[in-house]
Amino acid sequence: MSHPANRARTWRVALATSILVSGLAVAPVAAQDASPAAPRPDCGTEPVELLAYFETGFPIAQALADEFTRQFPNVTWNVREDQFSNLIAQTPRLLTSDNPPDLIRLPTMVTLVQDGLLLDLEPYVTAFGWDQWPESLLIPHRVAEGGRPRGEGDLYAGGLNYSTTGVFYNKEQAAGIGMTEPPATLEEFEGLLAAAKEAGLQPIMQWNAAASGGGLAFPLQNLMASLGPVTPINEWIYQKEGATIDTPSNVAAAQHLQRWIQAGYFPEDVNAIEYTDSNARFAGGEGVFTFNGDWQNAQYDADAPGAIGFFLFPPAEVGGGHAAMSSPLTYGIAATAPHADCAAFFLDWVATDPNARQINVDIGGSSPGGPSDLPLPTVAEGSITNETLAASQVVAAENGLMDFIANATGDIFTGPGGWTPELQNLVGGQQTPEGLLQAVQASYLDDLAQ
Amino acid sequence: MTTPRALRRRAARGQRWAGWLFVLPALVAYSVFVIVPLAMTVHYSTLRWNGIGESTFVGIDNYVRTLTDPTLLGIIANAFKLIVFFCGVPVILGLLVASLIRRIATGMLGTAARTILFLPQVIPLVAAGIMWTWLLSKNGFVNQVLSAIGLGGLTRTWLADFGLALPAVGVIGAWVLLGLCTILLLTGMSKIDQALYESARIDGASPWQEFRSITVPALRYEIGVCITVTVVASLAAFDIVYISTLGGPGTTTTVPGLEIFRLAFLGRQVGLASALAVVLVLLVLVTVLPIQRLTREDTAR
Repeated sequence: MSHPANRARTWRVALATSILVSGLAVAPVAAQDASPAAPRPDCGTEPVELLAYFETGFPIAQALADEFTRQFPNVTWNVREDQFSNLIAQTPRLLTSDNPPDLIRLPTMVTLVQDGLLLDLEPYVTAFGWDQWPESLLIPHRVAEGGRPRGEGDLYAGGLNYSTTGVFYNKEQAAGIGMTEPPATLEEFEGLLAAAKEAGLQPIMQWNAAASGGGLAFPLQNLMASLGPVTPINEWIYQKEGATIDTPSNVAAAQHLQRWIQAGYFPEDVNAIEYTDSNARFAGGEGVFTFNGDWQNAQYDADAPGAIGFFLFPPAEVGGGHAAMSSPLTYGIAATAPHADCAAFFLDWVATDPNARQINVDIGGSSPGGPSDLPLPTVAEGSITNETLAASQVVAAENGLMDFIANATGDIFTGPGGWTPELQNLVGGQQTPEGLLQAVQASYLDDLAQ
Repeated sequence: MTTPRALRRRAARGQRWAGWLFVLPALVAYSVFVIVPLAMTVHYSTLRWNGIGESTFVGIDNYVRTLTDPTLLGIIANAFKLIVFFCGVPVILGLLVASLIRRIATGMLGTAARTILFLPQVIPLVAAGIMWTWLLSKNGFVNQVLSAIGLGGLTRTWLADFGLALPAVGVIGAWVLLGLCTILLLTGMSKIDQALYESARIDGASPWQEFRSITVPALRYEIGVCITVTVVASLAAFDIVYISTLGGPGTTTTVPGLEIFRLAFLGRQVGLASALAVVLVLLVLVTVLPIQRLTREDTAR
């Protein structure tokens, strides 16, 4: 964590910057002294048009924006949408343009902070009382001075919600192979996989086509956190000095995954299956299990109502504690955004307004974050969201939250030596578990050296 | 008084300036859109730069990396493998198809054949890529046909097969470029003096001998154009690969064009991406210039 004095200094610098960049039509806080007692920034009463970049295929952001305008009619939206992969390519240019976005979906943030393209949100932490929220919600968006490591330093983004990942299962088929309750250990889970194969079912449905990115990274990371500790994995993702992914327990995890591949637990054409196909096939009854996140809940509820269940990936031994990848739906504010205060107010509103929290759970399927004393919104009975929300509480309580190994560097997911090609190689018998981790670690160090 | 000679000289000088004036717009456009970007790429290739922040001069480091990194060399090799499909197949098949059309398909049939063959050239490459992705998928048309004729054992997910993904991408390229080559060669054939064929036939030449001794030599220039266009298409391939495989499985179908895009915009290694781009330009020139020279000498003769 950064030193408090440092924080205070950044506070003032950032505030000064925010006054400079937001010009004359600024919310009240800018004119005030930099003390925590200053009035909360908001969107004022004058007409404001927020320029926002959302991610295509995730309707949650637009739904929240609509509700925000309903409550604050002076705020209108100029929304542009793009695919995640296009956003990765375009974000730096959008942030440096003459017309910078007030709010933008961030695929990665380290290099953007390095280049000073994102607004330091530290002043808002105290202004809105975000320091009263669970710190685990803020950690993913903290970046140290100079951009490295992540997980500490000032705050540079906010989450619209906080996803939970794990294993979704086809209730009928799981019951058919004797699963009466979620497996308590990895061994039990592997027993179920074998039973499914024995019964002529497709044990796991997953995507691993290059177009969608390697979905086998999900079971691999679950195996890593089941067979080893979570902290080193997070340190690697956050680019802590000296971190490595090539550890003995991770090699063991990759070996498990290789055995699953060789045993035919994944579809034969998994390297050609794209994300949407995988979900459609799973909801259509092909696959007893699939590794995915709660952002898919609404679709599962619609495609196969009541037929799909969820459990957290089991630990290696009973009582070992659960772990899950969980990452915020990250949105940042351009360093030169004209309506930074209003955008920050929106981020606060999303986490605290009852309607916004309800929309988040109904459409996003994920936990809305915010202060821990706020009640969780109610969910329609029979929705899978009940199970994922309960699971998210378990993981948080057991300190098992991880970011995604795909997010370690901008290039680590798709580049040569990255997760996607190397996992495809593992599927095709072109790579060994040891070689997989060595290749990814080499590629990671190469990225950091840039 | 001005002498007529001085007048003439001034007029000549004026003409020279007028000439430059006419060339000027094209020259400016060429400089702005070709020379300057090329020079900037060469400049970037000597830097370590993420595209936004500070850059450091690293000399030829990026080139050394491009020419020694086994992964990058493998990616460059993939482009040369594609030449077999993007260039070899369309040119050879194009020659055969063009002579067939010329020989047997005249009138309506010939027009229909030409139109159908040229159609892939009109379809955007992205659309062609998507269509072929469906055809080559696990339950796609290709596998359905194979199963229907009792060759079910051969079915596979073509674009995700480590051994066959690159050839499968090659087939898509060959399909697109075959029409272009056929039309070019057909046009060339229409210029060949028919008397040559008649006298050959009188001398008792077989169709194969006619093809080898008359058609192919007469078409050297057109063949040269075909080879040039298709070699450039294979070395600079991007669209088809991006749509059909995105370089997978593993890196078996990753080509330089794709890697340049990925390095520059996803990896934000603008220097290395630029170095790879410069190397690609040089490779295209080194491969294509000899072909140009060969065909030009032949036409001169």
